[in-house]
Amino acid sequence: MFLVKCPWCGWREQTEFSYGGEAHIARPTGTDEISDQEWGDYIYSRKNTKGVHAERWVHTQGCGRWFNAVRHTVTDVMWDSYKMGEDAPNPPKDWDGLSSRDELEPSEGK
Amino acid sequence: MKKYSIFAIARNARNHHQDWERAWRSPDPKPSYDVIIIGGGGHGLATAYYLAKECGITNVAVLEKGWLGGGNTGRNTTIVRSNYLWDESAALYDHAVKLWEGLSDELNYNVMFSQRGLLHLAHNVHDMQEIGRRGNAIYMNGIDSEFLTPEQVKEMVPIINLNCRYPVMGALLQRRGGTARHDAVAWGYARAADSMGVDIIQNCEVTGFKIENGVVKGVETTRGSIGANKVGVVAAGHSSVVAEMAGFRMPLESFPLQAFVSEPMKPIVDCVIMSNAIHAYISQSDKGELVIGGSGDPFISYSQRGSFDQIEHVVGPVIELYPIFSRVRMLRQWGGITDVTVDRSPIITKTPVDNMFFNCGWGTGGFKATPGSGRVFAHSIAQGDMHPIAAPFTMDRFHTGALIDEAAAAAVAH
Repeated sequence: MFLVKCPWCGWREQTEFSYGGEAHIARPTGTDEISDQEWGDYIYSRKNTKGVHAERWVHTQGCGRWFNAVRHTVTDVMWDSYKMGEDAPNPPKDWDGLSSRDELEPSEGK
Repeated sequence: MKKYSIFAIARNARNHHQDWERAWRSPDPKPSYDVIIIGGGGHGLATAYYLAKECGITNVAVLEKGWLGGGNTGRNTTIVRSNYLWDESAALYDHAVKLWEGLSDELNYNVMFSQRGLLHLAHNVHDMQEIGRRGNAIYMNGIDSEFLTPEQVKEMVPIINLNCRYPVMGALLQRRGGTARHDAVAWGYARAADSMGVDIIQNCEVTGFKIENGVVKGVETTRGSIGANKVGVVAAGHSSVVAEMAGFRMPLESFPLQAFVSEPMKPIVDCVIMSNAIHAYISQSDKGELVIGGSGDPFISYSQRGSFDQIEHVVGPVIELYPIFSRVRMLRQWGGITDVTVDRSPIITKTPVDNMFFNCGWGTGGFKATPGSGRVFAHSIAQGDMHPIAAPFTMDRFHTGALIDEAAAAAVAH
């Protein structure tokens, strides 16, 4: 169990949210031309990153809105969340995965 | 390897058990091997064992980043069954059950395989339809499968409360299902493989691959680089991480799955009871602990913990079904990282890199398949082509569309 930051409601318990899997997977264009291999990769292949992972969440038990977030998949600490369509706020390369952006860079977090 | 027997115990008792030989050596890695297996869990060790025993390849190393059986092999709920829906799965899982049945003798190691019977409870009309369809499919595949009425369930499990919040409307019983001692499986395979010359190298983490012109030539490890003609990857929850080192992706996501055991008690549950609808399955170990497993966390993670809220989701229904356990104290809780495919069937496959094979995607229920998985994977590696039982499980199915959807048989019950 960990805390998830909803861009609208702030930090809440993870149980209020539903997970939506890897973020930024674009549906391929030219779907009548791409190979079965490419189509299979789009549907099923995932980064499944051990470390910093951009992913989708929805605040099911709250405002009901979808958003993206960056989380460390070993510590389960969320770096920050961001609205759909925005670029991912990448944590520093040496991020230990233990503190969120709001704790490390209070002026940057909202 | 000195044979274990009652005479060996008597002989060693005279020396106060000071002279037992180590079950396996702890060798330094050689410069190169015919086959390197990455991952020293049950599946990896079984692969090495069958490579040596049945395929005549003994120049094999098993590389383990931690200790033997310290991953999912030592973290599961030890359930063995083969009551799966589709023909492909039935062939694979029942192959494993048949090997389980002779495994202690074969390995000269007591894996404590106990075919105590396994019940799938049905709590609603949908469940009844699901076990009806699956039970008949299992029966048609020649695997034992019986339908029980609630009265028969009560007879088998007197402590069950049939008319609780989750009424029991029926059950599917596989009498050949049961449990085995998970650590013993890893240790037994390790000891038997080691005696045939397999090098088991612990504390040796793979950090990269040597790949030339699309052919794997060796692995980079924390104990230096090691050459290999063929590489078999059996890394469970970390399969995606290893695949990334080799430059491709797997259709996998890794989720934590947790289990817990209670304090030891006198024998009270003499079978395995599982329930898809309420995410709780329970058995009693030979030590007397209740072994309870639940559902996985709904987000990818490598944390090897489980969420607290999942404990409540499991314990609540368990107490509803078995009120007698309401004051039982839980002793330990832990999590493992399960590599889950979208169709809940494993991946046993060649890869885009020649001579590199993957055995992964066992998700939440790999333990039961350990012997069968190892055997078909060993034969596939040795022949360079998939064993007939493994052939439907290659990663090609994710673009041909020939998925093997075992969500009902595997998604919850492990």
